Amino acid sequence: MFWDFDYFMELFLAGLTRGSIYALIALGYTMVYGIIELINFAHGEIYMIGAFTALIVTGVLTLMGWNSVAILFIAAGVAVVYSSAYGYTVEKIAYKPLRNAPRLSALISAIGMSLFLQNYVLLAQTSDFLPFPALIPEFDWLRPWEHIVRSSQVVIYVTTAIVMILLTFMIKFTRIGKAMRAVSQDKAMAMLVGVDVNRVISVTFIVGSATAAIGGVLIASHIGQINFYIGFIAGIKAFVAAVLGGIGSIPGAVLGSLVLGWTESFFTGYISSDYEDVFAFLILVFILIFRPSGILGRAESEKV
Amino acid sequence: MISLAEIKKSFLVSLWFMFLTFPIMVIRVNTIYKQVEWRWENMLLVGIGSFFFSFIWRYLLRRKEMGHKKELAEKAGVRLTLWQRLTEDRRIYLLVLAVVIAFIAAYPFVFSMYQTNIMISALIYIMLGLGINIVVGLAGLLDLGYVAFYAVGAYSYALLNYHFGLSFWLALPIGAATGAFFGILLGYPVLRLRGDYLAIVTLGFGEIIRLILENWNAFSFGPSGIANIPRPGFFGIKMSLEQSSIFIYFLLIVLVIFTIFVVNRLKDSRIGRAWIAMREDEVACQAMGIDRTKTKLTAFALGATWAGMAGVMFAAKTTFINPASFTIWESINVLCIVVLGGMGSILGVIFGALALILLPEYLRAFSEYRMLLFGFILVTMMVFRPGGIISATRRTYKFKSLDES
Repeated sequence: MFWDFDYFMELFLAGLTRGSIYALIALGYTMVYGIIELINFAHGEIYMIGAFTALIVTGVLTLMGWNSVAILFIAAGVAVVYSSAYGYTVEKIAYKPLRNAPRLSALISAIGMSLFLQNYVLLAQTSDFLPFPALIPEFDWLRPWEHIVRSSQVVIYVTTAIVMILLTFMIKFTRIGKAMRAVSQDKAMAMLVGVDVNRVISVTFIVGSATAAIGGVLIASHIGQINFYIGFIAGIKAFVAAVLGGIGSIPGAVLGSLVLGWTESFFTGYISSDYEDVFAFLILVFILIFRPSGILGRAESEKV
Repeated sequence: MISLAEIKKSFLVSLWFMFLTFPIMVIRVNTIYKQVEWRWENMLLVGIGSFFFSFIWRYLLRRKEMGHKKELAEKAGVRLTLWQRLTEDRRIYLLVLAVVIAFIAAYPFVFSMYQTNIMISALIYIMLGLGINIVVGLAGLLDLGYVAFYAVGAYSYALLNYHFGLSFWLALPIGAATGAFFGILLGYPVLRLRGDYLAIVTLGFGEIIRLILENWNAFSFGPSGIANIPRPGFFGIKMSLEQSSIFIYFLLIVLVIFTIFVVNRLKDSRIGRAWIAMREDEVACQAMGIDRTKTKLTAFALGATWAGMAGVMFAAKTTFINPASFTIWESINVLCIVVLGGMGSILGVIFGALALILLPEYLRAFSEYRMLLFGFILVTMMVFRPGGIISATRRTYKFKSLDES
């Protein structure tokens, strides 16, 4: 087969784009899992709500005749605020009363929340695909590589990198980050040394939702259309990525997302696009069988 | 007692929800015609709704906490549930049983074809519910790919019939066996996984089966599905459409009774008690010498067997199947039945299936709110009544002589 370098680079960069978006969503999963050991099924829906809020804000502002870069920033800001608010509320309603209940209950409650939010958006808005305006301007300096990479992709890489750096900084060096690490190690002990566990959990949900919202706005503006269902599959794939990297570990989530993004991109580019989703699930099954703690996760033995 | 503080709290909650739902409920942008629709009336609805709902929410939470305390206080005396009271009093039990049997027997003759068909789908869901009840309710393994086994059953009948002309009666055990086989096939790799990983992997498995059915045209005829699947025959007697519906109805009644019998016996058997023990505490259960692999695999295989049978029945009932009938929402639908009715409780599952399948049929006007309602049910049931409406009663042994000491 003729080796087409441009095609390879295109797939590579498309995989990087996917991976970055998965990483932004996977962070929320991994942080929440690290702290309360619950798969937040509604997380994908938070991402979808972020994209929808941005779409609505964009629509209103475009009609008022604003400039598209200003709209992008305002829409992203509003989306982040609303997604965080939703994440916070979902935790208070569906997970907080179940904190001491069996794991199965919390999981079912999470699935219910996901179903509820999906249908809430479906009923309040529409079930059709809505066109999302291209808010990210085309950069002039990118002209020579236009056939390989679009400027929205570059924006996605840069934003993801900035978010990751800020997040790592927050967890490593701030007070709340320290509290988060303490809660994830031992909830009862953290409470004893004076950490407000409820507040830490709320903050975790808010931060996770905010990064998901950023991902939602970026991908919507890159792909150009959204509907109420985008959150579900994206959420599950981001979860696969989080498990792949080692759930509970933030660098792991990023690494797992990039690996998943690239494998998916090369697989669909070189082999077939029919089984794209099957592939993600197969990776999940294999990783769970052979290395359940993920690439960067630590193997933990169960304590009785 | 509604104090001022309570009202203030509810007021704040309603303000918060008005803020939260503002962009999605109020504004609708039409990007094609460049119009913005403002629906302020929705905001008012959300405000008033959440104001009152927050009272109910807090009241229920308080009641749940109080109930918890009461239960601890009453632990010495075993309380009889309604169900136990019904079964214990032999006369009432027989009377209720007789009425139910009479109703079931008369149903297809009294009501119209349409009603019978709805009842048939409700019965299929009862079978599915009882099957998933083994996996989720008894063994405590959350299986979100349950629909895959249902699809396997339906497709094995449809394909065997298409290629080899196999009859329904042969396909029923084969469908059940294929279901069980796939149950073991899925169960084997996921044995080591904890509850939450299991949910995702089974979900993935369900989607893989559906995507294969959709994309592998040579095998499954893709999205166009398989049509003209024969209805079940009865010793070669020719039946009209109506008669065969009634026949399917009674066939399903027999199958459901068989299922109830088997599940009931299983529950008290050695393996059933092992499931319940595993659900409560896996580590302790292993320490007691229960083989985890065997226990989990049997739960998966038996659950899948019933899904396979229900799949064959589904294919025979609708005479047409395609992958669109086997989406993840179907799994969640079945899960919702079990959660609403009561995990682990047979009567609960029957009640849940009847409520969740029959009600939406009769409340057609609200059909678009169905999935919203399902999500709501899943959350509220878990928060306020995790045992379901008719919760399973555990066998309790009371030592009378020790009461005084």
